[in-house]
Amino acid sequence: MVKKVIVEATINGDPVELLCEPRQSLLEVLRDELDMTGSKEGCLTGDCGACTVIVDGRAVCSCLMLGVEAAGTTITTIEGLADGANLHVLQQKFLEHAGLQCGICTPGFLMSAKALLDHNPKPTEPEIRYALAGNLCRCTGYDKIVKAVVDAAQTMLTGAGSGHGTVPRQSPSEATSAMLGKGEEVK
Amino acid sequence: MHAITYESPKTIADAVKLLAAHGEKARPLSGGTDLIIQLRAGTRRPEYVVDVKSIPELSRISFSLQHGLHLGAAVSCIEIYENADMRHYYPGLTEAAHLIGSLQIQSRASVGGNLCNGSPAGDSTPALIALGAKARLVGPKGERVVPVETFITGPARTVLQPGELLIELLIDAPAPHSSDAYLRFIPRNEMDIAVVGVGGSITLDLDDDRVVDARIALGAVGPTPIFAAEASKSLIGKKFDAAALDNAARLATSVATPIDDMRGTAEFRRHIVGVLTRRVLTTAAERARQSEQR
Amino acid sequence: MAATTNGNGYRVIGTRPVRHDGVDKVTGRAKYGADYTFPGMLFGKVLRSPHAHALIKSIKTDKAAALAGVKAVVTSADLPELADKMEAAGEQAINLAHLSGNILARGKVLYDGHPVAAVAATSPHIADEALRLIEVEYETLPPVLSVEDAMKPGATILLPALRNKEDGPDKQTNVAAHMQFKRGDVAEGFKSADFIVEREFHTAMVHQGYIEPHNAVGIYSADGHATIYCSTQGTFVVRSLCSAVLGIPEGKIKVVPAEIGGGFGGKTTVYLEPLSVLLSKKTGHPVKLVMTRGEVLRATGPTSGSTIRAKIGATKDGKLVAAECWLAYEAGAFPGSPVGAGAMTIVSPYNIPNILIDAYDVVVNRPKTAAYRAPGATNAAMASETVIDELAEKCGIDPIEFRLKNASAEGTPQTVGPPFKRIGFVETLDAIKNSEHYKSKLTGPNRGRGVASGFWFNVGLQSSATVNIHTDGTVSVVTGSVDIGGTRASQAMIAAEVLGADINDVRPIVADTDSIGHTDVTGGSRTAFATGWAVYDAAQDALRQLKERVAKTWEKKPEDVAFVDGRFSPVSGNGVKPMTLKELAPRLARTGGPIIGRATVNARGVGPAFATTLVDVEVDPDTGKVKILRVTVAQDVGKAIHPAYVEGQMQGGTAQGIGWALNEEYFYDDKGILRNTGLLDYRMPTCLDLPEMETIMVEVPTPGHPLGIRGVGEVPIVPPPAAVANAIYKATGVRMFELPMAPPRLMKQILKKRAAGETQAAAAD
Repeated sequence: MVKKVIVEATINGDPVELLCEPRQSLLEVLRDELDMTGSKEGCLTGDCGACTVIVDGRAVCSCLMLGVEAAGTTITTIEGLADGANLHVLQQKFLEHAGLQCGICTPGFLMSAKALLDHNPKPTEPEIRYALAGNLCRCTGYDKIVKAVVDAAQTMLTGAGSGHGTVPRQSPSEATSAMLGKGEEVK
Repeated sequence: MHAITYESPKTIADAVKLLAAHGEKARPLSGGTDLIIQLRAGTRRPEYVVDVKSIPELSRISFSLQHGLHLGAAVSCIEIYENADMRHYYPGLTEAAHLIGSLQIQSRASVGGNLCNGSPAGDSTPALIALGAKARLVGPKGERVVPVETFITGPARTVLQPGELLIELLIDAPAPHSSDAYLRFIPRNEMDIAVVGVGGSITLDLDDDRVVDARIALGAVGPTPIFAAEASKSLIGKKFDAAALDNAARLATSVATPIDDMRGTAEFRRHIVGVLTRRVLTTAAERARQSEQR
Repeated sequence: MAATTNGNGYRVIGTRPVRHDGVDKVTGRAKYGADYTFPGMLFGKVLRSPHAHALIKSIKTDKAAALAGVKAVVTSADLPELADKMEAAGEQAINLAHLSGNILARGKVLYDGHPVAAVAATSPHIADEALRLIEVEYETLPPVLSVEDAMKPGATILLPALRNKEDGPDKQTNVAAHMQFKRGDVAEGFKSADFIVEREFHTAMVHQGYIEPHNAVGIYSADGHATIYCSTQGTFVVRSLCSAVLGIPEGKIKVVPAEIGGGFGGKTTVYLEPLSVLLSKKTGHPVKLVMTRGEVLRATGPTSGSTIRAKIGATKDGKLVAAECWLAYEAGAFPGSPVGAGAMTIVSPYNIPNILIDAYDVVVNRPKTAAYRAPGATNAAMASETVIDELAEKCGIDPIEFRLKNASAEGTPQTVGPPFKRIGFVETLDAIKNSEHYKSKLTGPNRGRGVASGFWFNVGLQSSATVNIHTDGTVSVVTGSVDIGGTRASQAMIAAEVLGADINDVRPIVADTDSIGHTDVTGGSRTAFATGWAVYDAAQDALRQLKERVAKTWEKKPEDVAFVDGRFSPVSGNGVKPMTLKELAPRLARTGGPIIGRATVNARGVGPAFATTLVDVEVDPDTGKVKILRVTVAQDVGKAIHPAYVEGQMQGGTAQGIGWALNEEYFYDDKGILRNTGLLDYRMPTCLDLPEMETIMVEVPTPGHPLGIRGVGEVPIVPPPAAVANAIYKATGVRMFELPMAPPRLMKQILKKRAAGETQAAAAD
């Protein structure tokens, strides 16, 4: 029998203590141990972003992190995005703009978009597209997703809606802008 | 996945002790964005996974003009490009860190891990070689420093001996009027592995636009990343012009030994080495000229 | 209730309400197949062939079975052996012996990834480790990977029993079928042509690329009943195919549709579903199986790679006179490529008097193909629409004008079947011609603009619907059509429109196979059309009954009750107060009890779909990398019920078409092993690879449909590869005849052209 270890973390604002095998990924721990099945498995190689959660303020693929590595971290998953019955502005805008079809990629996109807006409340469209490039959607062609995030950012800036739990960090937006501007890829 | 034991030592000594005790059965874990995939695929089956992210020396960036850069092996790509010194003094290495995978990957993946994975196509390795970076290793027999261009010895193979751990990467502070750049070719605009990657650094004498020093490194066109020594040397002492660039590109292409695979044909890759070498050196030179304004 | 309409004579149809399943999907609550768990559930994994073509000499499972936590190991010996027999399955028929042999290989493996055995264990990790303990002895055979190799005389044979009509009962073959379509006399036709263009095209095998891997939870009960929870495009297909493969009567199987994370045709058959029941039966526990991405790519149903030759002739004033086409499609390991559809779509957008089309369905050592959005048509359009572009250029006619001169319209004969009824191809061409995009000037070096059109039949098939009137006047709409892209919302909108209800008072439900009448797959762009028709009829049935109750209340005849703007009122006279559904519903108990409207359809008169796509590209002349600058798609959508989700179909189809055009392909090595088994190297577009997607919806109602609905899901994938190829030509002067037009391929042609130019220049000196 494989020995399980105790992991303590803060998930969606609540302290959580759980038992997991070291070989279980954070995604498996969320889905199979905590029954938080909103984070989705699409590839298990970090290429699709469907399992994106926010760990200590950063978007990560929960399939590429062991559950045991989550010890002591603060994690937000799709289940923690809404404030009770009040949807986050991003959720509202995805619905209004029809930014989802089958919906399997939606939790991952929402978490990537939240991580972006937490760090950079005024993203340009290229910055939004860059921040979402690690999330694959096969249904929408991305058009309505990008429009939803643009609208959400504007709505949150004008105070017409609130993104709850916003934790501004240092400014990687500056870094990303610098990179997008300078480190041009071969076109 | 097979069963593993997870350890998270807090000091280099403890980490080395663990790694030495288990030898080939242990594998250090940094960001995990390669290792976890390999564990799942069964291409690596270590019994012990030693998480090195809790070791302070592996998780810090320290830079001064006097001592240059100490880049901890487990520092994540995001921490690299969020660091103002990194962006200012090592723009090429920084842009390589910004190209590795998605933001989600960059949150975890480290330049040290990228190197230890031993892939010929890792984005940060040519950028490190172009900067003349050295790797500081600590093992049961003590400490040693090896140039990055000799670190990877074959696909997924490195100079690391059982029990040995990469602590940090050491890079000199840039000389006046010098800079670096990294470019890769990929079919999409993000998320791909480099079909070809080229890192370049250059130091110019601004009085006559002559090249004082240059280093060119190639990725994904051989079993290991390649330091294009002849191409680099060919530029030194020359005026930085189209003829010198073409010559360097030709020499760089001549040391590439690419293969046909799903990412590109050998013929295409050789062609791209030339294209990127020109582009990378041009960008690095532009930055070097502007480097006074730093 | 507001008596407003939205300008199209409708109150709800044509608006953009928030979809009913939306909140669950943005909060992570929606349950997809992999999200189901049951007490005592075990986890299954599948052992797959590491060879493309091999005989299975022996399988030893005892070591795996002995591993702690392993509860069962199964091989094809645990499945009934089925005779060669065709069974209807959704849009196409399936040979049951082949289907069974694709669930678990029998005697022979035919592709890299072919299932050989399956394990159930107490954790997915233990099941995974158990796979490593199964010992299979193979005798490898030479792999046959291309249609060219498979069709060669003396080629290695995949299926010893396979025969085709042409070659007779004695000849083993890899050609499962040869179809020919003929009209007029092509030899005569080409005689009257001033220009003839003949080209050969090669297109790579590509995958649908849905983000959700296949999954299934099977629960076999001691009473002989089985329940399957899975993400499928068609619950009834899963039921009938599992019944056939497992030998369990259909009536003893219930299939519960989980939410589905994309399908695009790839989830219209079964892979894991029979295994989940088989393992459950053997262990007495629920068993869940979920594929990895590698399994999805190696061993589900991508669409065919193909070789196509297209020869088309035109007179100098731009009239198409003859077309001769030859198509060979990879079926994969078992017969059944969409080559017939390719043949029937390749020139159908145009009125050409003389045609001769030969089509070959060819088995190769690759996974058995499945449907993919307008199956077969995209490959075909890459060929015909590129040749048409070349002909337009030779004639000196604008490519849109050229298409307009020859465009199929009402009365034009199709390749097969009756002439077209009212269709909107010309309208899509006009829409592009009049678009701001087309009128704008494309400037800058290395840039080009291309256009192409596409055609898809769409299908009708069977659907069932019930409309339940609840006591508070809210309505539930129950169908059997799995919702992949927002069809639940459109079904609710249709019911709301008919019943004068608020859209938020209508709840759409996708029911399991025990709870609704037979309903065919969500596929063939049929759900809004056919299931929408059933919902419309069911709502009308409910409305008729409601009128009877109103009449009873008012002591009038039903025909004396009118229903206008959501109110029941007397056709003539006063004295009674008009009533809304909400006012009427609580009184149903006193007027005869609950009301259920119901309807079934076997929908005929399906309206075919056309789309025209305009693309601007920029090509890096040093690397061959193509950037999509701008794209506009115009499509005949019949009647857009929920325009946002119609646009979504157009945008999504276009995105897949662009992926197919530029970077997606199956890459096999010479041993037939798939090298790109992940989404790192199976390169689907990210949001950085696509621009904003402009859509123009043209509404030409389908004649005969009560709402004029036309299927919209599939056709937008058809034009993009040819449109991109035509744009690349404008940008570089290079014509591409191969998909994908990945940088190494395009760069090679650019360098070739440059070298030829230099040679010419040198010769001129």
